[in-house]
Amino acid sequence: MATVLFYLLSAVTLVATLLCITRKNPVHAVVFLVNALFALALLFFLLGAPLVAAWQVIIYAGAIMVLFLFVIMILELAPGQAMASASRRQLVPAVLLFLLLLVSAGLIIMRDPAGAVWVEGFYLSPRDFGQALFSRYGLAVEIVSFQLLFAAAGAWYLGRRRRVRQEEERR
Amino acid sequence: MIVPMGHILIVSTTLFFMGLGCILARRNLIMILIGIEIMINAAGLVLVGASALWRQADGQVFVLLLMGVTAAEVAIALAMVVYLYGFKRNLDIDNFDGMRG
Repeated sequence: MATVLFYLLSAVTLVATLLCITRKNPVHAVVFLVNALFALALLFFLLGAPLVAAWQVIIYAGAIMVLFLFVIMILELAPGQAMASASRRQLVPAVLLFLLLLVSAGLIIMRDPAGAVWVEGFYLSPRDFGQALFSRYGLAVEIVSFQLLFAAAGAWYLGRRRRVRQEEERR
Repeated sequence: MIVPMGHILIVSTTLFFMGLGCILARRNLIMILIGIEIMINAAGLVLVGASALWRQADGQVFVLLLMGVTAAEVAIALAMVVYLYGFKRNLDIDNFDGMRG
């Protein structure tokens, strides 16, 4: 049952991602990506990470993708200019590189004996997760919190500069 | 959950290279950021799969840290997008070659 579900969710993730990267309209792309992220969250759940699955939905689908939608709406992109589609000059080498890398990575994975190891049922309770996070990786949590603070300061600075510049233009 | 590790790796590799292809082929700034998101999620899938393979919490902890890093990156990147849009009224990446020699 879980195995069938794994392949089903993998297929959903890959198809939604493929649709996402080929859409002309960025709003459609973001919605397809949210779809892919939900399927990925279920995959995380299947692989024994219930807490990470919840965060995938809350942080990725709930916060980050909504931020993307928000910015697209703020910019009020006209439908015509919204989508600078890929030029052929860039598309051909991109697709070639994509296929080449995919095939070589696939070959490496196929030949790797570790790839044949079966992942057995596994479940990490939120309690064990929190214990590992705050005991062994306490320093990393501090560093990430610093980074988030710096990012907030940087975003505030960028937003502020623009407003000041607009006021100068008005004068 | 009975599935070979290789299949998890194949799914995440395909996902990763889809994101890479998106970055290489698209010229819209927002689509490039979406490509980066896809690549980061592919990395997260490998980490969770490895966590299940070795029955350790470390992989899942790394995914949480990855989410923190991504949130910071997206906040800055989208602020930059809004900022750059103020200059050119356009998000085509080819417009932002002001430092070209």
